[in-house]
Amino acid sequence: MHVRLLATVAALGLAGSLSLATAADKPSDPQIAHIAYTAGAIDVEAAKQAIAKSKNKEVVAFAESMLRDHEAVKQQALDLVKKLNVTPEDNATSQALSKAATAERDKLSGLEGAAFDKAYVDNEVAYHKQVNSALEGLLIPSAQNAELKGLLETGLKLFQGHQQHAEHVAAALK
Amino acid sequence: MPTLILSAGMAQAATIEVTIEKMAFSPAEIAAKIGDTIEWVNKDTFVHTASVKGGWDVQLPVKKSGSVVVDKAGTLDYYCRFHPNMKGRIIVAP
Repeated sequence: MHVRLLATVAALGLAGSLSLATAADKPSDPQIAHIAYTAGAIDVEAAKQAIAKSKNKEVVAFAESMLRDHEAVKQQALDLVKKLNVTPEDNATSQALSKAATAERDKLSGLEGAAFDKAYVDNEVAYHKQVNSALEGLLIPSAQNAELKGLLETGLKLFQGHQQHAEHVAAALK
Repeated sequence: MPTLILSAGMAQAATIEVTIEKMAFSPAEIAAKIGDTIEWVNKDTFVHTASVKGGWDVQLPVKKSGSVVVDKAGTLDYYCRFHPNMKGRIIVAP
């Protein structure tokens, strides 16, 4: 579900003609900070679930690296908003992301073993892909503050790396 | 056997530094000679590796460095196992 949402969000940045666009064609920096933080926190939760549930060594190692990297980004984001004196602002995109993530977590919690591993890793591929397109298409171009933009750009490279890593793990599960 | 090496007239082994910053190896491509040490300095807040498929795997914790000595001539392509979009190359001359 969040896949469709983020695709919509990414499209908004280009088209800006959909009904959601009335809220704001471009998110503000405080909103971007909130979306980025939320997107990271979602993947941290997904990783924790996988570490607790999976018995596959490679899947657990992947989840541990997600947890480690996303915690590091979260800290960088927190340090930056503090430095810039920006208060992250909740918004419809963050809320929709959280809602979709909760639904995904519930779905995954009902799965076990290889079915869980496959669903988790496949979702990691799809999730990072969509976050990356939102970063590229909307969040990075909309960011006003240079340091925020820089953090998002590093984030994009990091998450592109995660996407490839997830794709490798997905291929190994087959 | 250091005396043998000296008498063969080989240049002294060097240490070549590669910095990791903002998800990239820099310089991405380096030239080295057999016996040289390649040292990676990780300035990111993310854990990285410098890994060769089927070869060495250097762990690079946050703000730490790691190294290998190159012992064979040829082109070595390496990457970060955690972020496979990070790629580097070492061209080792005899």
